[in-house]
Amino acid sequence: MEIPNIVGAGLIVIGAALGIGRIGGSAMDAIARQPEASGKIQTAMLIAAALIEGIGFAALFAA
Amino acid sequence: MVISNKPLRFILVALVACLPMLSFANAENEAAHTQTETAHEAVAAGHHAEPTDVKSKIKAFIGHHVLDSHDFTLTQDDETGKYYGFPLPVIIWDNGLHIFSSAKFNHGHTVAESKGNYYAINHHDGKIYRTDASGEITEDEKSGHPTNVRPLDFSITKTVVSIFAAALLMFWLFSSLAKSYAKNGGIASGAGRIFEPLVVYIRDEVAIPNIGEKHYRKYMSYLLTIFFFVLFLNIFGLTPLGINATGNLTITFSLAILTFLITNLTANKNYWGHIFWMPGVPKPMRIILAPIELLGVFIKPFSLMIRLYANIFAGHIVLMSIIGLMFIFKSWIGSSLSFGLSFVLSILEILVAFLQAYIFTMLSALYFGSAVEEHHHEEEAHH
Repeated sequence: MEIPNIVGAGLIVIGAALGIGRIGGSAMDAIARQPEASGKIQTAMLIAAALIEGIGFAALFAA
Repeated sequence: MVISNKPLRFILVALVACLPMLSFANAENEAAHTQTETAHEAVAAGHHAEPTDVKSKIKAFIGHHVLDSHDFTLTQDDETGKYYGFPLPVIIWDNGLHIFSSAKFNHGHTVAESKGNYYAINHHDGKIYRTDASGEITEDEKSGHPTNVRPLDFSITKTVVSIFAAALLMFWLFSSLAKSYAKNGGIASGAGRIFEPLVVYIRDEVAIPNIGEKHYRKYMSYLLTIFFFVLFLNIFGLTPLGINATGNLTITFSLAILTFLITNLTANKNYWGHIFWMPGVPKPMRIILAPIELLGVFIKPFSLMIRLYANIFAGHIVLMSIIGLMFIFKSWIGSSLSFGLSFVLSILEILVAFLQAYIFTMLSALYFGSAVEEHHHEEEAHH
């Protein structure tokens, strides 16, 4: 049985969403603990999210 | 003093960021206008082989929008078959230079003749192919790609026009800004009050922390250029002009190539040392790490390219599809819902326009930083 591409695309989106969600949640925790470091945390969060997003998009194009 | 000024500056920036919303309302109206006409005409038989039902018409419309095109069409009237816009020059190298106006193609409906050769635009990819006098494009049965000869195409397409526009705008804006600083005794005036915080932000929050105090200066011009160029093109893409420049793989490819070249050409020996002979790990691991790190050199700009392209491309498609829903539902609840949704999405797209420009600059700065990084371990030992 052949699995349609759209299933793979869905899996990719779920994975990327979980990853970015975790990053966002952890960043929130970190900012709540150390509000004075929020600038650095946001930058690191954006970079990590961008990297995951990049992989997610690359996989989406392959699917 | 600087800190107390900051909120005011940010409010100014936020206000400017809200400006494109005015054009958004227009964009939606205009898109709605064009598509209503499309929907109206859906019942009537279309001239030539274009799709006739609403769904595939919307699909074709979006497909045409995301592709580059040889003429600048602002809007079109299906009823009369009239196009509102202007043709652009076509420059082809095909055993000799062929230059003619894209008006000859008549929006892809006719075959253009130049110095004895015939050219036609393929409807699927919007590219120019050499054909015979009838304009027949034969397709390969297996792959679906045309088998006709594709001449080298240096045409000034819609995307090229938008790049030129962005470049001219930036040149005019920032050179007049520089002059205004000289006139005003080093204090920003006019548009400078909007752009100065952005420039300072790129320097203080992006360049210095990532590249370091010592080397950041020589990268600043590139970082600022790339930030404003991507930002302007992203914002252009959200205006009713219907430009999709940063959602075009060739544009993001060239931007990523620039970052790639600058990173690798200005890299010091520490950078190459970290790639081919990673310090601080056991010797067998170094051999395994070298090819992975070498691959990373190419993956970094590749991900830059894909990220910007995919974000803008996906944004345009989603936005236009949601506007298109209006003509599929054809009821007051569907259209008001799709209007509200597309409005909210447009605001989100402004955020994405800024965010992607920022991320592109930020990651470029990060890569430059890794290229010029000094040896850390010894410095720490000294202190």
